[in-house]
Amino acid sequence: MKKAFVILTRNPMSLAGLILVGTVIILAVFADFIAPFPEHRGAVVDFVNFNKPPNARNWFGTDLVGRDLFSRIIYAYRISLMLGVVVLAIAVPVGVSLGLMAGYMGRKTEFIVMRITDIFLSIPPLVLAMSVMGLLKPTLTNGMIAVTVMWWPWYTRLIYNITRSERQEGYVLAAEVLGASKLHIMFREILPNCVPSILTKMTLDFGFVILIASSLSFLGLGVQPPTPDLGSMVAEGARYLPDSWWLTVFPGLAILVVVFGFNLIGDALREILGVDE
Amino acid sequence: MTDLTLKIEDLKLGFKSWSGVNPVLHGISLHIRKGERVALVGESGSGKSVTARIVLGMLQELSASRISGNVLFEGEDVNAMRAKRHRALRGTRVSMIFQDPTSSLNPVYTIGRQFFEVLCRADPAISEKDARQKAASALDDVAIHEPERVLDSYAFQLSGGMNQRVMIAMALVNNPALLLADEPGTALDVTVQAQTLKLMSGLVEKHETAVLFISHNLGVVREFADRVYVIYKGNIVEQGPTDALFADPRHPYTKALLSAVPRISGGGIPDIAEDMDGFHDPLIAHEGYSERELLK
Repeated sequence: MKKAFVILTRNPMSLAGLILVGTVIILAVFADFIAPFPEHRGAVVDFVNFNKPPNARNWFGTDLVGRDLFSRIIYAYRISLMLGVVVLAIAVPVGVSLGLMAGYMGRKTEFIVMRITDIFLSIPPLVLAMSVMGLLKPTLTNGMIAVTVMWWPWYTRLIYNITRSERQEGYVLAAEVLGASKLHIMFREILPNCVPSILTKMTLDFGFVILIASSLSFLGLGVQPPTPDLGSMVAEGARYLPDSWWLTVFPGLAILVVVFGFNLIGDALREILGVDE
Repeated sequence: MTDLTLKIEDLKLGFKSWSGVNPVLHGISLHIRKGERVALVGESGSGKSVTARIVLGMLQELSASRISGNVLFEGEDVNAMRAKRHRALRGTRVSMIFQDPTSSLNPVYTIGRQFFEVLCRADPAISEKDARQKAASALDDVAIHEPERVLDSYAFQLSGGMNQRVMIAMALVNNPALLLADEPGTALDVTVQAQTLKLMSGLVEKHETAVLFISHNLGVVREFADRVYVIYKGNIVEQGPTDALFADPRHPYTKALLSAVPRISGGGIPDIAEDMDGFHDPLIAHEGYSERELLK
């Protein structure tokens, strides 16, 4: 693990990714201290400074009710990162366990789990998330549920495929011959051998989860105002293009930075850990 | 007889498929006494490995398998056991070593960790320190000179021959009554294979472990086994003591098998059709070595 981190800092691309992601995480964690106008994350109105282009007081300009965009973007990062963590924290264990079960036990379990997975995968992800959001109220929690529902099948399929090939390996047979239980073989023998793939996919996915969540709120189905969210900020600003360009460009760049950063790290991890997809 | 470790009587195995049941074993009988080294020789697909799997109770769990006949392990009927009992026997009373030692060890755990898990099978309360000590002495038995270093290594850091010895040590560390050796060391080069077999031979003698040695390598069988069963297409076709069988092969299939061994003096490998006349002749047992006589 430590070695992987050292290698990550050697490669210029992954170093760039680490710096981007690290900056975003620091901004989000210490938002209360970094943001110049912490109170602007809520419903604050400041008509004196409304719709100002970037200047020395408001680095990224202000929005239509005079709130500092830089502060709002920092707080939006906080929500985006939390969303990513929560979604992956639910989707990965669920998806991985189901994938292990389907891959190792085979037969009926395999059939049932994989066909359900197929059903989920056959629905376009955004449509699935939108329909979940349509059924439930558009809140942050429901947004997380929606993204989680569309995310777990990818892990099931990934782990299912790895398990299927690992099952043929000698060490699995050796463990069976030693009388190890199915649970032991799935979680103690096979799972550790899937970790590189899971880690790589999680890093890559982190960016995509943020992207999808932003897409949802861009469509008005995610986080509701006045809570700052990158997607809804872009959506609001899009109406005032091209005159008030800062309203869309900065939140858009903010999305780009975090997704790009996670992708760079993910790609580097894939190379380091020797995972091929 | 109490010293019978394994007794298989008229074992039949078939696999159910869409077109009916495909027979694999047509009623084989064999037995192994305590401390005896018995070889099961045959070509690929003759049913050697499935026999071992049945002894371990691994095929009984498959819904597609159709098994009849008796498999008695220390007097207990393996076919009638519950899956839980099978698992309890595996790793403690019966253990197995495989063709490719390196892939039989999990790449993400150290040798020491895997030893610990094996020892936990027999004694769940064992402390990590005791396990380490036991593992080190087991590795010492298989002529590994730096057991401490090996215990902290991963399988890919050791040579194939070392891994093979580690596997043997692991298989014998719980003092099993029966060791199933499924073509051990086929993936290794010949000199290392000979060396490890010698080690294994000494160890099973010391532990009084019965061995079912499954192989297609006649040279290895000749070195290792006390008695030989020759299996062909799910039938045992000849059985007898190793020396007699090699000196005087009587069944046409055994003759063909022996003449197919490449010789250092040259001479090509003879053409042997897959299914020659006489290959399906009934079982030939050498004098005094039929199942009935031996089990008296």
